[in-house]
Amino acid sequence: MNLLRTTVALSAILVAGAALAQDGAITVWADATRQPAVEAFIAAHPEVPVNLVLDDGSSGASGTFQTKISLADQANEGWPDVVFSTQNNDAAWAARENNGAQAFAQVLNEGFLDQAFLDGFTPGALDPVTVDGKVYGLRNDLAPVLFWYNKTLLDSFGYAAPTTWEDYQALGDKLAADHPGYFLGAIGDAFPGPYVYYWSGEAPIFQVEGESFKSDTSAPNSAKVSALIDHMVANKTLTLDSLFGANFVATADKLVAIPGAAWYAGALFQNPGGVNAKAGDWVAAPPLKWADGAAVTGNVGGGVWYASSHTQNPEAVKTFLKFVTSDTKVAGTGGLPAYQAAADAWLDAQAASGFYAGDFKAAIQAAASSVWNGWGYPNFSPETAWAKIVTPGLAAGKTMTDLAADWQQEMKNEAQVVGYTVE
Amino acid sequence: MSTIDNSAATAAVALERPKKGMSIERAQGRIGVLFATPYTLFLIAFGILPALYAIYLAFTKKGAFVGFDNFLKVFKDYRFWPAVEHVGIFIVVWLVLLVVLVVTLAILVHSIGLRWFSGTMRFVYYIPGALAGASSVMLWLFVLDPTVSPVSWLLQALGIESFVGAVDASRLPIVLAVIAFWTGAGGWIVIMYGALNNISKDVIEAARVDGAGPVRIAWSIQIPLMRKWIAYMVIMSFAGGTQLFVEPRVLAQASRGVVGQDYSLNQLAFLYAFKQNDFNGSAAISLVLLAVAVTLSIYFVFKGGLFERA
Repeated sequence: MNLLRTTVALSAILVAGAALAQDGAITVWADATRQPAVEAFIAAHPEVPVNLVLDDGSSGASGTFQTKISLADQANEGWPDVVFSTQNNDAAWAARENNGAQAFAQVLNEGFLDQAFLDGFTPGALDPVTVDGKVYGLRNDLAPVLFWYNKTLLDSFGYAAPTTWEDYQALGDKLAADHPGYFLGAIGDAFPGPYVYYWSGEAPIFQVEGESFKSDTSAPNSAKVSALIDHMVANKTLTLDSLFGANFVATADKLVAIPGAAWYAGALFQNPGGVNAKAGDWVAAPPLKWADGAAVTGNVGGGVWYASSHTQNPEAVKTFLKFVTSDTKVAGTGGLPAYQAAADAWLDAQAASGFYAGDFKAAIQAAASSVWNGWGYPNFSPETAWAKIVTPGLAAGKTMTDLAADWQQEMKNEAQVVGYTVE
Repeated sequence: MSTIDNSAATAAVALERPKKGMSIERAQGRIGVLFATPYTLFLIAFGILPALYAIYLAFTKKGAFVGFDNFLKVFKDYRFWPAVEHVGIFIVVWLVLLVVLVVTLAILVHSIGLRWFSGTMRFVYYIPGALAGASSVMLWLFVLDPTVSPVSWLLQALGIESFVGAVDASRLPIVLAVIAFWTGAGGWIVIMYGALNNISKDVIEAARVDGAGPVRIAWSIQIPLMRKWIAYMVIMSFAGGTQLFVEPRVLAQASRGVVGQDYSLNQLAFLYAFKQNDFNGSAAISLVLLAVAVTLSIYFVFKGGLFERA
């Protein structure tokens, strides 16, 4: 009954979308964060009617994008023209045929968009959405993990900013001893754990080779990350709050430093509903590394725009994609644009505004060029397993070291279900 | 939970059987057909045909007959048995809550002498039922989050420090049962009230003369005479409960995945269809649900004497 109701509701949305597509309009699915960018396009290109359908952008690996496309495939109608997803791994299914329906994602190179435009993206930016040399999506923003710290607070405490994970942990010890209540991060969401800590810490827990999936939570680096998390959760310098929850916001003035993605700039620090930072307090520093490790970092999403292979209005779709990923005012939607020229403009504007102390541009560029390539993009996300096993486990007082094996098993199970061979 | 169409049942209880006469019966028959036809058509289009299609899907793969392969695959899925357990515990907790509390509350409300008070109570019980499943979960999201809950003192007294703790796997069946009870019980209380109205005053009067107190009357007269209605409630609620979907689905989104997307059997069927593109496996799960629901319904129909002439 309820499934039926859900299906009917979804179908109604799809039918509405299809009906509008006929009069030359394009249907765009995107999340609320992308809404201003779509509205900017409507203002700049009144000749292209846009029907915007807001959804959750598949955040937290909710699967909204794939679910709705599967329904459209089944109904053989109702596809949107453009879709935004916060996840980087959708090409794993959108580039494939699905029960006889053609692959949803349009191949964007090989003639759809001109190569000169595609070459304008930061080198490596399109790797997660490239399968066998075919580009299936355009990155909205790059989301390398860097290290953010509140210089004013650190100076007043008389501490130096850490540059390694070991220093970061040591800073936690000092804070816990001398300034209890001040903290260095929060892992209540499903993304910081896997992407900010394990990926940045070069932990081989999410690797894909061809059709096989590998995860090793007991590898040396994985164990180091688990121990780091346990240590800092125990002394309360890592909290179990969500970065977007009421608790985090209420205590945000006690946040001293946090490793996190480039998009934290807009989403967390310059957000009145987030940290609501004062100009000049915060510094974006190059990513943390292990004292004896390589200078690499992780990546937290960054979002991708897809074009539909079913679109009736390819010219309008091209105009939209080019605008939304490369327009200097819009591209990046608050984070670091993936399109190089827009990224330069954004970095210069950030530097000129002086909001962030320190060398913002150099830090971001260092992070963007050092994302560790030992992380895979299979047709599932480490976030669902994290949320199911680790979040409630930590909340119940277990340690990451206790939970690592179960987390690994859940990821392997998920991999198997969607068709990967598991080592 | 599926909202159950209670109105027909209420009407059936409330209406007294008219005196028998050929012409009236025939006219009633004709009206009955008229009333039942649209329902039957919808039942065929949206109930029976999809069920037949599901049977076809469950035993085939890419159009070829594969016997029980799809079922075996589903049974071997690491998510299947936990989902069975989740739904099973939820149903037990919920049905016990429902039977005990609904019957008790209905008898209590029925025994209230003050007309306006009794009516008001029935109305109050019914209000939450007016909310659809998803919107009542939205409301409960606030109730269950200690940082914003109006009853955060109660949550803290129960040892719940965070929203993640509130939807912890060990508490979730109870949380879902309480939500379902809160949404669904009101309608059943009204139906049970109607059933109690149907019990002849003479019987109650006679019992009272014989010295039976309210508890004795409830236990020996009212509850046995309500047996059919209780069985009816159990069957409808069981069928609805096995289809648990909206509540854990909304909780999955709200808890950022702490409540798994594969918590209930219907959610698993949904994942099979739309995440794995395996409509055959999805159909197999739905057939398992159908088989269990039909078997237990038959048991309760006979146990509760639902089709016996009074």
